[in-house]
Amino acid sequence: MNRKGILILGATSSIGRSLAQKFARQGFSLHLAARDIFEVERVAKDLTLRDRVPVSWSLFECSNYQTHGEFFLNVINKFEELTGVVVCLGELGDHHQAQTDFQQTLAIINSNYTGVVSILTHAANYLEKQERGFIIGLSSVAGDRGRQSNYIYGSAKGALHLFLQGLRNRLSPFNIQVLTVKPGFVDTKMTFGKPGLFLVASPERVAEAIITALQQQKNIVYIPQFWFWIMLIIRSLPETLFKQLKL
Amino acid sequence: MNIPSLPAVKLPLSGWGRCECVESYVHRPEKVAAVSWVLKGDRSAIARGLGRSYGDAALNASGSTVLMERLNRMLAFNPQTGILRCEAGVTFKEILEVFVPRGWFPGVTPGTKFVTVGGAVACDVHGKNHHRDRAFSNVVRSLKLILATGELVETSREQNPDLFWATLGGMGLTGIIIEVEFALRRIETAYINSCTLKAKNLQQALELFDEYEPNYHYSVAWIDCLAKGDALGRSILMLGNHATLSELDPQQRTNPFDYQLKRSFNLPCNAPAGLLNRMTIAAFNEFYYRSKSAVKEKAIADIDTFFYPLDSLGNWNRLYGKPGFVQYQCVFPARVSSQALTELLKLCGQEGWGSFLGVLKRFGPEDGLLSFPFPGYTLALDIAVKPGLYAFLDRLDRLVINYGGRVYLAKDIRLTPESFRKMYPRFPQWLEIKSRVDPNNRFTSVLSQRLQLSSR
Repeated sequence: MNRKGILILGATSSIGRSLAQKFARQGFSLHLAARDIFEVERVAKDLTLRDRVPVSWSLFECSNYQTHGEFFLNVINKFEELTGVVVCLGELGDHHQAQTDFQQTLAIINSNYTGVVSILTHAANYLEKQERGFIIGLSSVAGDRGRQSNYIYGSAKGALHLFLQGLRNRLSPFNIQVLTVKPGFVDTKMTFGKPGLFLVASPERVAEAIITALQQQKNIVYIPQFWFWIMLIIRSLPETLFKQLKL
Repeated sequence: MNIPSLPAVKLPLSGWGRCECVESYVHRPEKVAAVSWVLKGDRSAIARGLGRSYGDAALNASGSTVLMERLNRMLAFNPQTGILRCEAGVTFKEILEVFVPRGWFPGVTPGTKFVTVGGAVACDVHGKNHHRDRAFSNVVRSLKLILATGELVETSREQNPDLFWATLGGMGLTGIIIEVEFALRRIETAYINSCTLKAKNLQQALELFDEYEPNYHYSVAWIDCLAKGDALGRSILMLGNHATLSELDPQQRTNPFDYQLKRSFNLPCNAPAGLLNRMTIAAFNEFYYRSKSAVKEKAIADIDTFFYPLDSLGNWNRLYGKPGFVQYQCVFPARVSSQALTELLKLCGQEGWGSFLGVLKRFGPEDGLLSFPFPGYTLALDIAVKPGLYAFLDRLDRLVINYGGRVYLAKDIRLTPESFRKMYPRFPQWLEIKSRVDPNNRFTSVLSQRLQLSSR
């Protein structure tokens, strides 16, 4: 059995993979989960080879809620102690299609919110008993204000923000850190080739900033930090003005 | 398994020489299945690693360019045999960082570590040990590539060998290379026991290669392409072997696999065009040649200094300014090398086409069907683009063909289809395999279209 372990959900995403590498370098054992078992195996093998820490992997289907309990039980049995749970799940989806197709809307909400809530419920109850550990959830600056171009994704990320906030409030007496991460533009599959992006951060840089925030016992971080100020301005625009903007 | 869709973005790209800029639909897959997805469309495709091909090998006008940088997972390593299996986007830099501290080194490495393993296969790259260990193909055990049908196939010397030999050196035109299995070599230390020798002229340089190569695993020479008369082809030979533990000083011996990242610098912008001209190059060459003592200099060098000297300046290609530069690398058969190189250097001198970086090296046996190296001497020249350059290089092509030589496709941007066919006599054999595995010519590049590397 391995020592302290970390569960990374959505480990095939570029931020998930970068974060996994950072934790591996700190000597943690890892369990990687994603819905694409072929890919998650490759990521796990890479980490095992490069960083020589024990890495296991398994399938995780975000919207298959009834499997989450058994999945989580299998994960905790792999480690002496499950120290942290990192959630890098979520799809941008096709917003345009989602405006007319509720199935697409539901898929976006499930992958960004409902599925995350389901797995974090298991994780929170476990960590609460353990009275030690952390949860990292990836929200988004898109969750700070609804905009016509991505309000479905944004509303799911905004809901996740509130969920994590409540969880933090509940778990803080039990010594559990809940870190909400709000990345701005990151150079990932989600943003590659999209027009109008600026100051795009690399996944490695985002992962580094997340680790730093974790060590500094932060609650909510914008990465890169200047997004805090951008979103402060965007959030404070009066709705009468905001509704007329094409954003 | 769900096949992820993959957005494309229209982007201008150029080769390392930066003299031609081409727009194409650029994809950057993060999953293997996404590569097959690219091929579901109608567009032609070419894979691109770190874009260190000098010319137009990794450009694809109007088609798709598939950036392989995120498919960089290392999959398996056998510490008994030294065989590493990894994805095509893994770079030599990553391999060195992971494996040098464990006592392993790539069996063959090119002169920059900013090359992907997939690119090393496609160009069948060579290193300073070609005279001993041949090209990269010689350390490759097997390959997995995605064919035009979208199917992932494995190939090796035993399994589908035709495809194997057409892919090694095949410039990415048989399919998209996904995985490579190849050998690393054991090293005792992360240092090179090096030796520097000065040669007064070309003749002496070739004699020194003959004399010293049996004792050295690695060898290369910097050559002053502007020296004339008795000094024509004066050179500095750099030879080396992996240092053994007992050859290190006591301090190095405490951590024999110390391989720390050196700081590298980047040029913030293009240098002015014409910075590297005949006068500045001649002055540099004079200075550099004189800086070396006439006697044999022995030293313990680190890996980066010995193998990758240019990597310390991140984007040195900007030194040539906006017009860019061409690297002309050719090889001559051993028996005519001396005569051919003399003629070539004289021609450069007469016409005033100076090269900042001239590199001379001896090759061993030939490998893949379109692989560049064959037994003899190779010369590489970096030349800034100016009016008249291409006409001059056409003259060099004729000289190369007359002596039975060839130029390196990974560096090329202007060779003609006719000259290419004279230089690569095994091209018909390659073309037969290409037509079989890619009948609709789905894999194209600006290079393949320029040289007409298809039957369609």
